[in-house]
Amino acid sequence: MDTTIKDMDLKSKLISTFHENRELFYKNTPAEISALKDIAIKDFERLGFPHTKLEDWRFTNLANALSHDYSLSIKPEYQEIDIESIFLCEVPDMDTYNVVLLNGWFASKNASLSILSNGTIIGSLAKAMQTYPHLVKEHYGKYANTSKYGLDALNTAFSQDGIFIYVPDNVKVNKPVQIINVTNSEEKLFVQPRNLFIVGKNSELTIVNCDHSLNHNVKFINSLTEVFIGENATLNHYKMQNIDNNSALINSIYFHQSANSNLTTNSITLNGGLMRNNLNIALAGEHSNADLFGIYLIDSNQLVDNCTFVDHIVPNCTSNELYKGIMDDKSRGVFNGGVLVRKDAQKTQAFQSNRNILLSDDATINSKPHLEIYADDVKCSHGATVGQLDPEAMFYMRSRGISEDSARMLLMYAFANEVINKINIEVLRERIDEMVSKRLRGELSICDQCVLQCKDKAPSVFNIDMTKI
Amino acid sequence: MLSIKDLKVSINGKKILNGFNLEVKAGEVHAIMGPNGTGKSTLASVIAGREIFEVTGGEIIYKNQNLLALAPEIRAREGIFLGFQYPVEIPGVSITNFMKTAVNEHRKYKGLAPLTATEFLALMDEKKKLVELQTKLANRSVNEGFSGGEKKKNEIFQMAMLNPDLSILDETDSGLDIDALRIVANGVNKLKTKDNASIIITHYQRLLDYIVPDFVHVMYEGRIVKSGGKELALELEEKGYDWIKKELEEKSNL
Amino acid sequence: MEASKNNIIEEVTQGEYKYGFVTDIENDFAPTGLSEDTIRFISAKKNEPEFLLEYRLKAYRHWLTLEEPEWAHLHHPKINYQDIIFYAAPKKKEQLGSLDEVDPELIKTFEKLGISLNEQKMFTGVAVDAVIDSISVTTTFKETLAEKGIIFCSFSEAVKEHPDLVKKYMGSVVPYTDNFFATLNSAVFSDGSFCFIPKGVRCPIELSTYFRINAANTGQFERTLIVAEEDSYVSYMEGCTAPQRDENQLHAAIVEIVALENAEVKYSTVQNWYPGNKEGLGGIYNFVTKRGICKGNNSKISWTQVETGSAITWKYPSVILKGDNSIGEFYSVAVTNNFQQADTGSKMIHIGKNSKSTIISKGISAGKSNNSYRGLVKTTKSAVNARNFSQCDSLLLGDKCGAHTFPYIEVGNKSSVVEHEATTSKISDDQLFYCKQRGIDTESAIGLIVNGYAKEVLNKLPMEFAVEAQKLLSISLEGSVG
Repeated sequence: MDTTIKDMDLKSKLISTFHENRELFYKNTPAEISALKDIAIKDFERLGFPHTKLEDWRFTNLANALSHDYSLSIKPEYQEIDIESIFLCEVPDMDTYNVVLLNGWFASKNASLSILSNGTIIGSLAKAMQTYPHLVKEHYGKYANTSKYGLDALNTAFSQDGIFIYVPDNVKVNKPVQIINVTNSEEKLFVQPRNLFIVGKNSELTIVNCDHSLNHNVKFINSLTEVFIGENATLNHYKMQNIDNNSALINSIYFHQSANSNLTTNSITLNGGLMRNNLNIALAGEHSNADLFGIYLIDSNQLVDNCTFVDHIVPNCTSNELYKGIMDDKSRGVFNGGVLVRKDAQKTQAFQSNRNILLSDDATINSKPHLEIYADDVKCSHGATVGQLDPEAMFYMRSRGISEDSARMLLMYAFANEVINKINIEVLRERIDEMVSKRLRGELSICDQCVLQCKDKAPSVFNIDMTKI
Repeated sequence: MLSIKDLKVSINGKKILNGFNLEVKAGEVHAIMGPNGTGKSTLASVIAGREIFEVTGGEIIYKNQNLLALAPEIRAREGIFLGFQYPVEIPGVSITNFMKTAVNEHRKYKGLAPLTATEFLALMDEKKKLVELQTKLANRSVNEGFSGGEKKKNEIFQMAMLNPDLSILDETDSGLDIDALRIVANGVNKLKTKDNASIIITHYQRLLDYIVPDFVHVMYEGRIVKSGGKELALELEEKGYDWIKKELEEKSNL
Repeated sequence: MEASKNNIIEEVTQGEYKYGFVTDIENDFAPTGLSEDTIRFISAKKNEPEFLLEYRLKAYRHWLTLEEPEWAHLHHPKINYQDIIFYAAPKKKEQLGSLDEVDPELIKTFEKLGISLNEQKMFTGVAVDAVIDSISVTTTFKETLAEKGIIFCSFSEAVKEHPDLVKKYMGSVVPYTDNFFATLNSAVFSDGSFCFIPKGVRCPIELSTYFRINAANTGQFERTLIVAEEDSYVSYMEGCTAPQRDENQLHAAIVEIVALENAEVKYSTVQNWYPGNKEGLGGIYNFVTKRGICKGNNSKISWTQVETGSAITWKYPSVILKGDNSIGEFYSVAVTNNFQQADTGSKMIHIGKNSKSTIISKGISAGKSNNSYRGLVKTTKSAVNARNFSQCDSLLLGDKCGAHTFPYIEVGNKSSVVEHEATTSKISDDQLFYCKQRGIDTESAIGLIVNGYAKEVLNKLPMEFAVEAQKLLSISLEGSVG
C-alpha cells in the first residue's frame, strides 16, 4: 500500500504519515534504533527541509523538487520481483557481487543476506537488524547528524531498508560489491534508503554504487549511508549517478576513518535533475588518508551540488580533494568543499581543488572551497578555477592541423581524464571513459543504454540478457 | 679557537656523532671529507646551534667559552658562520633588508652604532664584487627562486658581509658548475686572514684544488678516522672511500 | 623610503597600543539610544535639508525590519543599540574659518597622533580631513585643491555647499537598504569626508581622512563619498585610532566611490582602532561597508588595507565593475592577535566586458585570535572575457589561533576566467634558524619574515602613508611564537 501525500505541505504530511504508520516504521527495529527514530522525527519537525537561507544550501533550492505530491513506499512490496529482468547494468563486463535496491527496498529472488566464505555479509539492512543486531547497533546512527541536518533526521525516522555490508577483520574482498539503486514507479515517489557499510581491521573492500531511474516520473531520493572504516583498512568507493532529469537525488554519506585507514571516493555524475552529494569524512584515527575525487558533466537544466566536508580531528592525517566539472546549456554546478583542521590536528596535510569549464553563457558555477584551520603546523591549500580551455593549447593543436572542434574535444577530454584516471577498476574506468567521451560529444549516455529508449518513441521492451548482470 | 672533544650527538634517538674530536686554530683551513651519511652536515649544524640535534656527550669550546650553552644567534655574533648546504627560501624578505638587519645586530652586539643606509650600501657594493654577485640579485628575496649557484654565491656574499672568525662551509661545492666553483673559492680565499679559520666540508676533492687546506680529515661513522695534510685528499680521490673502510675493517679485525 | 615601508609590520611587533589616551573635550551628545527622535535630533543639530532627514528616516524604518547578520565567522555578545550614543560632537564655534578657531585640545590630540593640522608643518602633498567622534573638525589644503576644482570637505559641508552632488551620488553605490550596518549608518551618520574630482583633473596631492573615536559609549558612524569624474585621478588615505576603554564601541561606516569613464581611484586604509587588551576586554567593533563602482569604461578602483586594530573587523571593500575594461583591485594585510577577530575580504562583481580584478589577501593570526578571509568573485552573463585572480594566504603564529578562508566564486558566462588560490603556512624552523645563524634574534626574525610575507600588499601603499602607517600601527605580535 502506498501512502500518497496531497494538499498539506510535504513536511507536515510526512510527519503525520510517520505518526499514522508508526508500527510500520518501528517494525523489527532494535530498541536502540527505535529510540533514534523517536529523536529523529522530532529533529525533523524542528529542522524541516533545508532551504537557501542555510549557508550549505545557498545555491541549491529544493523548493521545486519538494512541491510534488509524493507517494511513500513504506511497505516492502518488491522483494519477490525479479529486478534483474528490467535493468541492464552499464558496465556489463564488471565482475561484482551484485545487490539491488528497488525504490529503497532490497530486491532479490534469493536470500536477503548472503554470507561469503570469508565471513563477509552483504544484503538487506532490514534483515541484518534482525539477524545481526549487535553488528548494526554498533555503528548505526553513530556518524550521521540528525540534530543538525533535517534530511538526515528525515531519513533516520523513515528509512526501513537499504544495503548492509560487513567485512570482518583481515579480509580482502576479492571483487567489488556493486549496489544498484533503481527507482521505478508510476507514481511520484519519495524514497529513503539507508545503508551501512562496516570494513573491519586490515580489510579491503571496493564498492561501486550506481543510481539509476527506470522512467521519467518525478522522484525524490533521500539516501543516507554510514561507513565505518577500521584500523589499517582500505575502502574504494565509486558512486555513479545517472538518473532522469525529473528526479532529485540527495546522497549523504558519512565516512568514519580509524587509524591508518585509507579511503578513496569517486563521485561520477553524468545525468540527473537535481543531485546533491553530501560527503562527510571524519579522519578520527592518526595516519589515515582520504582521497575525494569527483567529476560532473551536466547540461539542460540539471543541477549538481557537491558538498564535501573533511574533518581533520587528529594529527598526521592527509586529505586530497579534486573535483572537476563541465557545464553546458542552463545547467548549474555547485561545489561547496569544507576542510576543518581541529586544534590538535598538527601535521595535517589537506589539499583541495575544484576546476570548472562552462560551455554556455547560460550555465553557472558556484564554487566555494573553504578552509578552517586551528592548528599551525599544517600544510593546507585550496584552489578553484573557472575558465575556458587554454587558448594557447588550442592554438598549438590547430597549428598542427587539428580542427577547432576536435581540439576543444581533446582538451575537454584531457580535462576530465585527470579524474577518470583515478578509477582503479579497469573495466569501470574504460566504460566511464567511453561514457564521458560520448557525453562530451553531446550524446547523452543515459539514453545510450537506457531501456526506455524514449528518444525513439518506441515502446520499451525489457529484453535484457540476465547473464550480464 | 675551536676545540671539540668527544662529541656525541643523536637525533630522535639515532646516534650520528660518536666521539668526534677536532682542534682548529686561527689561520687554519680544515677540510672534512667522508662518504654520505657519516655526520658531516650534522657536525656543522651542531656547531651552529641547530636545536633538533641532541648533544648526549662531549664538549665544544670556542674562544674559551662553552659554545653549547649559547643561542644560535649569539654564536653567530661571536663570529661563527655556517654556509648552508641547502639555504632556505624566505619569501618577500630582500637580501638587502636581511643583511642590514644581520649586520646591525652584529654591530649592536659589539657595541657599535648601526651603519647608515649609505655606509651599508657601500659595504654591500664592495662585498658583492668579491663573489661577482649581480646587483639584481641583492634586491631579490632571500634565496627565493635562486639557482644552485646563486644560492651558494649568496652564502659566500653573506660570509663576506659578516666577516666571521670561524666559517663552516657545508658542501658549498655541491651543485656548482666549474665557473661558479672558481668564483666561490676565490671569495673564500680572499676572505682568509691569519686571524680567522675555516672548516670546509666536502664530498669531493674538487673544491680543494681551489681552496688549499692545511689539514684534511676523513670522517666515517660519526668521527674522524684519519687525518693528514692536503695530499690525503688526493689519495682519497684516487683510492676512494672504500680504501678507508677497508683499512678500518682490517684494524678492527686485528 | 623602501626600507621604512618594509618596516611597517615590524613596527607592529613593537610595543603596546600607543593611541589609547583620552582627550578632555567638551562634547555635544545625542540622547542615548535610537529612535526617530534621535534621528531628528541629529538632523536638526546639523541643520540638514529636508531630503536628508527623509533619507535618514527611510533608512531607520527599514533598519527596524532587519536582523543583525550572523553568517560571519565572528562571535560577540549581542549589541544593545539602545545603549549607544549615536552622536557626539566636540562643542565648537559655528564656523571654522581657520585653524585658530579649532579647540587647542583637539590640535594637541592630533599632534599626539602624529598628525599635524597645521599646513606648514604637514607632510607636503597630503591634505587631511580630521574627523573626531563623528564630526569633521578641520580640513587642510582646501584652497590649494579648490584652484583645480577639487572639492575636499566634510560631508556636512558638502550637504550645505553641494547638495546636488550629494543627492546624486549618496546611496548610489551603497543603498540605504544594503545591509544591517549600512542601513544603520544611513539613518544616523554624523559626518565624514566628501571628495569630488572634476573631469580631466589629476589630484596633485594625497587626500587623507583621519578618524578618531574619543568620547565614551559613543558609536562612530561616518560616511565618505568619493566621486571621480571622467579622466580624473585621486589617491585617498584613511587612518583611524581610538582610546583604550574597557567597553566595546561600535563603528559602522560607509565608504562609497564612483569612478566615471577613464577615472582612477586609489583608496588606502590603515585601520588601527583600539583592539582591546590582552585578555580581550574592550576594543572597537568595526562593521564597515566599503564599495566602489567602476561606472564608466576603462575606470579603475583599487583598495589597499592594512588592518591591525579593532576587536572585531567585518569589512569587505568591494568593486562593482560595470564599465567595459574596468579594473578592480584589493590588497589586504590583516593582523589579529590576542582575542581579536577579523572577517574581511573583498567582493568583485563583474558586469562589464573585459573587466579585470585582482585580490591579494595576507592574513596573519597570532595569540588566540581568529582571522578569516571571505570574498566573492561574481561574473554575470554580460561580463564577457572577465578575468579574476585571487590569492589568499594565511600565516599562523602559534597553535591557539585560527586562520580561515571562505571564497565564493560565481561564474555566469563561458568566457570568464576566475582563479583562486589559498595557502596556509607557518614560519618554518628552517627559516628561523637561518636568520639566527646570521645573528638575528627570534623576534627580529619573525618581524622580518612576517614583513616579507606581507610585502606584496605593503608595496601598494602610497609612500606618504607608509611612513604615517608606521606611527599608527602598534599591535604587538610579541611573544606570539616561542
